[in-house]
Amino acid sequence: MTSTSISRPHAARAGKAASRRGILPTGAWWVVSVCLAVIFLYPLYILVTQAIKSPAEAAATPPTAFPQTFSLQNFVDLGVSQGGLSLLSSLGNSALVSILTTVITVVVSTLAGYAFARLPFKGSRVLFFVTLITFMVPFQAIITPLYLTLKDIGLQNNLVGLSLVLATFNLPFGIFLMRNSFSAIPASLEEAAMIDGATALGALRRVMLPIAVPGIVSTALLTFFAAWNEFFATLILITDQSKYTLPVSLGILSAGQNNSVDWGLLEAGVAITVVPCVVIYLILQRYYVAGLLSGAVK
Amino acid sequence: MLLLLPAAVMLGLFFFWPLLRTIYISFFDYPILGSPSFIGVRNYVDAFGDKDFGQAVLFTLLYTVIITPVLLIVGFALAALVRRNTRTARVFQTIYFIPVVIGLASASYLSLYIWQPGIGPLPNLLEHLGLGSASTNLFADPVSAFLIVTVTVVWKVAGLQMLLLLSGMQSIPAEVNEAAKIDGAGAWQTFRHITLPLLRPTLALVLVFSVAGSLLAFDQFYIMTGGGPENSTITAVFQIYRVSFIQFHLGYGSALSILLMLVLGVVSAAQMLLLRNSDNS
Repeated sequence: MTSTSISRPHAARAGKAASRRGILPTGAWWVVSVCLAVIFLYPLYILVTQAIKSPAEAAATPPTAFPQTFSLQNFVDLGVSQGGLSLLSSLGNSALVSILTTVITVVVSTLAGYAFARLPFKGSRVLFFVTLITFMVPFQAIITPLYLTLKDIGLQNNLVGLSLVLATFNLPFGIFLMRNSFSAIPASLEEAAMIDGATALGALRRVMLPIAVPGIVSTALLTFFAAWNEFFATLILITDQSKYTLPVSLGILSAGQNNSVDWGLLEAGVAITVVPCVVIYLILQRYYVAGLLSGAVK
Repeated sequence: MLLLLPAAVMLGLFFFWPLLRTIYISFFDYPILGSPSFIGVRNYVDAFGDKDFGQAVLFTLLYTVIITPVLLIVGFALAALVRRNTRTARVFQTIYFIPVVIGLASASYLSLYIWQPGIGPLPNLLEHLGLGSASTNLFADPVSAFLIVTVTVVWKVAGLQMLLLLSGMQSIPAEVNEAAKIDGAGAWQTFRHITLPLLRPTLALVLVFSVAGSLLAFDQFYIMTGGGPENSTITAVFQIYRVSFIQFHLGYGSALSILLMLVLGVVSAAQMLLLRNSDNS
């Protein structure tokens, strides 16, 4: 994996001539870039060091700039129930909801994206347009009836219900991305498969899917991040503390108990929420950025 | 057709049906327990006389008007900075983008600690620099609380703006810049007459994104300020949340949601039109 975050064909062509030298002389460019990097990374440094300090050092006033102690006690304490709330089970809930949401979104949007790209029928353009309209309506605005609808079908305060809702919010984007991926594949490939006697679904499975993998990875990544970090929908649709996901559980820690917040514990909780995202991003950056750009720019 | 069925069912059940129901419910007095009663447009009439909601909308607009240009300028500056075809420039791109993948909620909890009076590292740093006392609670003052939220969001979102603008800049053919240089255009002239006009579609997109995101702000204020001090940082979505899920006036909350959706639609459409029109001139 390269560290390239943007690699588009015309960018490579334009790049050589235009951007060896930028807006600043090289020395100044380095100074500015490094200073900005320090600013951007500083909160993450604080997060990690605060989390690995001993609870006593993490509570010290004024705070130590460099950790004097190293301890995993904060992480151990996350497993200990805090007034009926275990961050460890929140971690499990987060993982469950994110994975379930991702699987549902990927499967459903792959099927629909394929249909829109490859099996045009009367009215499919209109339907695709309708799908895109859903981008325009913020889900925050329809959260009350969502709550009532989930209640009607017995999925309110239920992690599966939450996953279905989150998957639905991510569907328009996923369908859009998958339709673009399938549209980019030459029709001759699929026709060859059809001639060999494959059905539409068979052609999708054996010929199209392997080629569409980058699109699928992009869709999966964007959905996973969105679900993992979702706050508002979880706050409203889940009413039982034991079913909270990490971002919502952390709110209980940050509200503190007996008027005191355990900052080491809270930052350890934030760390286990943040670190997986950063690691996945650094490894799969290419797909993440490609998905984001093709979804946003087109 | 069959392949579209799952998507259709999900969008129908969890999007279109709730959307219609939002409109329907907004004409009712709809308590969470007990039976709803039809009251016509009274919720909407009430909304226009509602001081709390009015203040929340004004605050949301203020937040949007302040943070949008800041984000645009920071994102643009970052994009211009890392627009070099070198390995190091790509490393810096990656670094500036990292906060984007962190959830807004996580970023807010982190910021809550960093700016905490007494124990937080930044108030202590400010004291070292002779800028006030570390024990001053910056969340207790409306202006500094607002600034903290703004700085946090800029930190978290600027990388995304950078990425979008960078991809826009890179789609400008090198020949165009070369031609300008040959014609004797300086850096500023190239920027003003070539980069900016050719970047207009990307700018429009970035603008619509950040305005819509800011008008719907909730997480950052809910977590960092809790709407305080003295309800001075309650956003529109926050107020709808309070009406619907703390006071349990679901019908009234739905009416407010519809109004918010209309505002959002009008603002987005206005931006699109404005940017398209100035394109023709």
